[in-house]
Amino acid sequence: MSFLNNVITGISLGSIYAIIALGYTMVYGIAKMLNFAHGDVIMVGAYVCFFAMGSFNLPPVAGVLLAVVVCTVLGMVIERLAYKPLRAAPSLAVLITAIGVSYLLQNSAQILWGAATKTFRPIVEGSLTLVAGQLSISYVAILSVVCCVIVMVGLTLFTGQTKMGKAMRACSEDKGAAQLMGIDVNATISMTFAIGSVLAALAGVLMCSAYPVLSPTTGSMPGIRAFTAAVFGGIGSVPGALLGGILLGVIETFGKAYISTDLSDAVVFAVLIIVLLVRPAGLMGKYVPEKV
Amino acid sequence: MKKKNLAALLMAGALCFGLLAGCSNGNNPGGSGGGAVTIKVGGIGPTTGDAAQYGTATEWGAEIAVEEINALNGPVKLDFKYEDDTGVADTAVSAYNSLKDWAKDAPLVIYGTTTTAPCVTVAAETYSDRYFQLTPSASSPEVVKDKDNVFQMCFTDPYLGTAGAEYLNSKGLGTKYAVIYNNGDAYSTGIAEAFIAKTKELGMELVATQTYPDDKTTDYTVQLNACKDAGADVVFLPIYYTPASLILAQAKQMSYAPLFIGGDGMDGMLDMEGFDKSLAEGLLLMTPFSAGAEDERTQSFVKKYQEAHGILPNQFAADGYDCMYAIYEACCELEGLADMDSAALCDALSAKFGGGQFKVDGLTGKGMTWKDTGEISKSPLIFKVENGAYVDAQ
Repeated sequence: MSFLNNVITGISLGSIYAIIALGYTMVYGIAKMLNFAHGDVIMVGAYVCFFAMGSFNLPPVAGVLLAVVVCTVLGMVIERLAYKPLRAAPSLAVLITAIGVSYLLQNSAQILWGAATKTFRPIVEGSLTLVAGQLSISYVAILSVVCCVIVMVGLTLFTGQTKMGKAMRACSEDKGAAQLMGIDVNATISMTFAIGSVLAALAGVLMCSAYPVLSPTTGSMPGIRAFTAAVFGGIGSVPGALLGGILLGVIETFGKAYISTDLSDAVVFAVLIIVLLVRPAGLMGKYVPEKV
Repeated sequence: MKKKNLAALLMAGALCFGLLAGCSNGNNPGGSGGGAVTIKVGGIGPTTGDAAQYGTATEWGAEIAVEEINALNGPVKLDFKYEDDTGVADTAVSAYNSLKDWAKDAPLVIYGTTTTAPCVTVAAETYSDRYFQLTPSASSPEVVKDKDNVFQMCFTDPYLGTAGAEYLNSKGLGTKYAVIYNNGDAYSTGIAEAFIAKTKELGMELVATQTYPDDKTTDYTVQLNACKDAGADVVFLPIYYTPASLILAQAKQMSYAPLFIGGDGMDGMLDMEGFDKSLAEGLLLMTPFSAGAEDERTQSFVKKYQEAHGILPNQFAADGYDCMYAIYEACCELEGLADMDSAALCDALSAKFGGGQFKVDGLTGKGMTWKDTGEISKSPLIFKVENGAYVDAQ
């Protein structure tokens, strides 16, 4: 029974990683940059929801919506102020800027809300017990998986069917050519950041509902994990992020349960290295040789 | 004539204040003519980063004490400055260097650091540079080992682990014991190892020893499952309150309800914003300080702290407060203080603290003394959480 429990923990944790990884992957796919501030947008989303529910007594749904709105605006502002001026700069400059934004968000959060850890009230409480109490699945875990599936289907439809989605795919293939075809590349990139931030807000609320502690550095570790998941699945690939996220969650939980709690990170990264040795572009990524 | 009278009046006033300040042995400390001697106190601790909550607490607690001490108009004044080390050893050394620059030729005492690893590094520096160092909360024996100038205000880690095992054994609590600790952290590992050793010595049955690698870990279901499967009815958690709050929540979710017992790192959990206090019901913790204590001094400290920062002080803040009074009272008792530079002050204070005669009453203990090794002698209070508040469980 503890095996099943571990599977469930792994999948629900993996779904949250997957939602975060989708944000990384989309931004990378279109803007070709690693947005290291993504993890901290998650933290901001969680704080907004925390205060909406705690201080203003709003219902959970309103809290989540508010978090989504604030994060979307924040994501677009960050893109406009920090990344857009560097569009033509070398990718390393953008990378360092992203790290800078990450610290800026963490330290601003600390000034605004203090360093003390806060306890997040889950947006749904309780759990489903099955098999005479042997197996318990929290509603948050179920919600995470459901959200992950909805987001995944929604994004696939969006990129496949809508005009904006098609513009995004065009930008990711070749920005120059897309611009020549009359696509507003800047607006498309802004849109990508907006979508990424919506996902970050959702992930923040779900993650803090599952593991209810909240501090200014809450987003950094899951951010790194999810980035790993994105690379694992193939960065730039939407289904890859989902697969990578879920696999990472399951491997992490199994590593802890059956190998060693101390070595679980080492196990995760060992698997990542092996996968990348066999498939350099990740599980579902397309390998495109660079022309020099 | 008039001038002389005024001077005499001032002298008398200063002496009166000196008496009020409670400098117990009444020696006229170095400074002739009633002018107070200013000692610079340079604090180091994390005010940003993962351990920021602990560093800010030690900073704020000390600030309140410094304000009180300077308002006493006693023979010694403290000039306090706090530097951020982000909880990282090399940053702590930079912070230490900038404090040395800040003090220039004035006598400097180092207060800190808050966390163990940076403290070990800084202690090596102060030992060779000859600055007296008092840490509020770095509790590993490594901090004071082989250094005559470094002293601790908190318990050492092994002491807390041993005390925990003895308490459980003497009260007959539980039959099967488990421990979950952070083996990436010296504090947690130190307590856990002493606890494990003591359980063996006392013949207590330890059925599960579980670890996790860092306090960013959020999922403890695997460790809790191992404790549950082994049938442990007491789980010892020598960890900080943030991970502990997650462990309590996850144990409840899996309907596992052993007796949880923790160390001083647990203090502060009940004041986490949004924390469901029912999770901590029945939790035992060994801590030197409780913000709920009735005595006047604690009450006044808690009030000032709350007014200034809007939250209740925890043990880190109280240890910081006591550090300032210990430094102040020791300085008051020194002869020839006015002529001392940092190195002379270091030797004098080290001899004072290590001499075994120097006693301080503080928020975290009455009649606290130090061993010449730098460790403090005070005993922990044991509390049980009942209806969301600490109740004495000695």
